[in-house]
Amino acid sequence: MKAKIEEANQEAVSRIQRAKPTLIDVSIAGEAIPGMKRNMILHAGPPEPWERMCGPMKGAVIGGMILEGLAKNRQEAEALAASGDILFEPCHHHSSVGPMAGVATWSMPVWVMENRTFGNRAYCTLNEGLGKVLRYGAFSEEVIARLRWMAEDLAPALKKALVRHGPIDMKSMIAQALQMGDEGHNRNRAGTSLFIREIAPDLVMLDESREKIARILAFIHGNDHFFLNLSMPSCKCTVDAAASVEGSSVVTTMARNGTEFGIRVSGLGDRWFTGPAGMVEGLYLPGFSARDAAPDIGDSVITETAGIGGFAMAAAPAIVKFVGGSARDAIRYTQQMYEITVAENDTYRIPTLDFRGTPTGIDLLKVVETGILPAINTGIAHKEPGIGMVGAGLVHPPENCFHDALEVFAEKYGK
Amino acid sequence: MNVKKISELFNKELVVINMGLDSFADNLRKEEVKVLPMDWKPPAGGDKRLISLLEKLDA
Repeated sequence: MKAKIEEANQEAVSRIQRAKPTLIDVSIAGEAIPGMKRNMILHAGPPEPWERMCGPMKGAVIGGMILEGLAKNRQEAEALAASGDILFEPCHHHSSVGPMAGVATWSMPVWVMENRTFGNRAYCTLNEGLGKVLRYGAFSEEVIARLRWMAEDLAPALKKALVRHGPIDMKSMIAQALQMGDEGHNRNRAGTSLFIREIAPDLVMLDESREKIARILAFIHGNDHFFLNLSMPSCKCTVDAAASVEGSSVVTTMARNGTEFGIRVSGLGDRWFTGPAGMVEGLYLPGFSARDAAPDIGDSVITETAGIGGFAMAAAPAIVKFVGGSARDAIRYTQQMYEITVAENDTYRIPTLDFRGTPTGIDLLKVVETGILPAINTGIAHKEPGIGMVGAGLVHPPENCFHDALEVFAEKYGK
Repeated sequence: MNVKKISELFNKELVVINMGLDSFADNLRKEEVKVLPMDWKPPAGGDKRLISLLEKLDA
């Protein structure tokens, strides 16, 4: 059996290695995302009904409804959410990913990413910036106004610029960003800069006012996390290609909804294994402390699932100024992740480790055997709706997800 | 030749790798022998249920 599992894992990881995530379009959620409906709201993590949602996810849902004109204020939104007329589904069930609350509604613009090797696609909204933003649960007028500008000005301009430019090879761009001190999850300064460098020549050639173009470039430049919403769907379409390989114990999804942390395993199909979302240990913005924090939330852990993010922290020592710890810790996290992965990435490489490939393809069996849990770096949202980001730090999944998955895996494939 | 090599070994400064409980090395430390603790844990943290599941898979 061991040989068969190893063979299946090699196949799963080979699909991850051969993936070619490519940015092909900017569309809107309602048009692009498979199965999207006008009364549907997508959210991060495993399935979560409205009544169980954490504060920041409720805040983002409220904001999404106001944005869509489904509700005028918080009270109306909460009543509608509880009425049963709104369908809440995980982004992951719709080939999508969303950072933090991960809320996507019908009219929100989305990046369209295509895995050019396997033909599958993934979708993600555009990044709003840090602080008071929807994905951290804020829904004030400034948040809604920014989202409207993103839908009316930013996204259409980027769409036209992308048509002029042609598809963008995200794998090369992420690989390059890792050489420049990013890890693709919480440090995206290099990736954002590379994206501007790529798209700016086409953006400035559009038949748009100089003020409009300048605002777009300034917006992207002012948000180091802009690239996160590109790295995430890149990783999503990468690992989706490795899903449902019979006999494989490679983890193909990790995601959190602020209440639960869930994983899915290649050889076990679409089934979620969940446990309580952990509290993030990290650094807080001025005026906030651990008392304000919501539990771990967001689909951005798709980056670690694909072999970057926390798994590539050795490439991004400067990240510790954002998430805490020392530069030595950043290297140690990556080195430890080799213990629980199947392969070393043949494209994403780490200069400080003499260009060793990032640890790629989390093996459920190795996680259980070693007791080493995946290292994840992440943002921290305020626990109440309507406030926003309060910090960033490091977190691990609950180990019972892996134990429960092993029970089912051994039942299905064991002697 | 083996005896010679063993003699050489014990004439050098001895560094011992300790696997398992840290207290295994207490006596060596008292004798001022350098001890390197190995970062080792029993498989699956010693959990018998999990070990049996891994064994079912020959893992």
